[in-house]
Amino acid sequence: MEEKSEKVKIYSRDLSVYYGNFRALKDINMEVYQNQVTALIGPSGCGKSTYIRSFNRMNDIIPNARVEGELVLDGENIYGEGVDVVAVRRRIGMVFQKSNPFPKSVFDNIAYGLKINGFPRNEIADRVEGSLKGAALWDEVKDRLQDSALMLSGGQQQRLCIARALAIQPEILLMDEPASALDPIATQKIEELIEQLKEQYTIVIVTHNMQQAARVSDYTAFFYLGELIEFGRTTKIFTNPDKKMTDEYITGRFG
Amino acid sequence: MQHNNTKQNMGWRKIKEIIAHTLMRITGVILVGVLMIILLFVIIKGIGAINWEFLSQFPRDEMTKGGIFPCIVGTFYLTIGAIILALPLGVATAIYLSEYAREGRLVRIIRLGVSNLAGVPSVVFGLFGLSLFVVTFKFGVSILAGSLTLGFLILPVIIRASEEALLSVPHSYREASLALGATKWQTIYKIVLPNALSGILTGSILSIGRAAGETAPIMFTAAVFMTFRMPDSILRPVMALPYHIYVLATAGTHIEETRPLQYGTALVLIMLVLGVNSLAIILRNRLRKRNR
Repeated sequence: MEEKSEKVKIYSRDLSVYYGNFRALKDINMEVYQNQVTALIGPSGCGKSTYIRSFNRMNDIIPNARVEGELVLDGENIYGEGVDVVAVRRRIGMVFQKSNPFPKSVFDNIAYGLKINGFPRNEIADRVEGSLKGAALWDEVKDRLQDSALMLSGGQQQRLCIARALAIQPEILLMDEPASALDPIATQKIEELIEQLKEQYTIVIVTHNMQQAARVSDYTAFFYLGELIEFGRTTKIFTNPDKKMTDEYITGRFG
Repeated sequence: MQHNNTKQNMGWRKIKEIIAHTLMRITGVILVGVLMIILLFVIIKGIGAINWEFLSQFPRDEMTKGGIFPCIVGTFYLTIGAIILALPLGVATAIYLSEYAREGRLVRIIRLGVSNLAGVPSVVFGLFGLSLFVVTFKFGVSILAGSLTLGFLILPVIIRASEEALLSVPHSYREASLALGATKWQTIYKIVLPNALSGILTGSILSIGRAAGETAPIMFTAAVFMTFRMPDSILRPVMALPYHIYVLATAGTHIEETRPLQYGTALVLIMLVLGVNSLAIILRNRLRKRNR
């Protein structure tokens, strides 16, 4: 679609998601480029959360959710026959809107993902440290690793969740409105973190905050009522979009 | 015309508030009061019979002297047996209902079964235990038959308490675990169950108290008037505390004379149940603190 030098990490083809009879996503065709930050924007109920959750098949756990179409990760359709969901989720990490650390210590929160995925026991301590550093949280918690994660501030908890997701070395990081519950300073830290992380990971971020999308992302996708209205380089979407509806949303005529 | 906030109205509302508040307080006082009365009654009438001999000896002289040691041990065996059956089965059922089952006919039938089981009178359980375990399975009047019967009696309580505990674990924990690449079972075993533990334990320990005090189910299936030796296998009958009270007070040969012993037995039973319940509360509070 855009520059040919950029590799497509994951793309969807005619992807539709139904909740019972309600069609939440309508034939989405979109590409996500490797080591780039792709933002999904749109008003409430437009399907952006549903879309991001279909990347790691988290919609599977919703009782009457149904998916049609394809979602292709490195050439393999993750909704194909006989695909191991657990293996897919291992490669795709997720950070949720409201931070959800386990009621365990800071250390154990991160060690959990390592243990269940079979990382060697003697490497766990180092990997915990590494991912906390990668999430810019190490300095703040290095003396408090055994304290309960629930004692951290909201921003710290969210960075802990990021560290937890990164510890198992995913290829893609999905962030569903990661900063919406945080104060501006914590938000800024998260945004700086995203900038650093994209060197190693492919990042998809859902955000309600358009300024944030403009700040952190390389590509932006505008969703409305379950459809992908427009997708392109962030600079273009925010300065010179092709579709009128995109322009109206960006300039705040509705939303 | 609206006069909602006249001084009169405000005054009347305040009075209603005070009346309601006081009535609630009185209810609480009545409750504690009744408990205290029962306790005091049994303590006063029974404390005289309590001594080391009472707790460690067999009854003798047609139960007018001696102790209730075999009853204590018998109740102990029966209760442990009931928990061994009901706890794994109950928790497994609760896990199925809360984590695996999809809403549908089967689940509704199971839930209906559980609540109906909870309402079956204990004497009916006794009859059920008698005809199935004692007679048909040929276990005879035994610890095994009694434990099985008591186990089914407390099963619905454990299922309900466990299911509630499991459902109260925030969904966000499960999501976080699954998103990290855990399987459903790993999530249940390592995240959900440990967090539901305090509720499950509380339900279980309260059931212990219930099982220890039930008379009707064990009358038909495990308890006997007298044993001369401690049981050497689970196919042996036992004496039990609640049954012993009944026996002494109605069927024994020295009803009046053994009255203090009856109250003594009742006191031991109540202390046992209260002790176990207090343990449950302490444990639950400890576990809750750890998870905050």
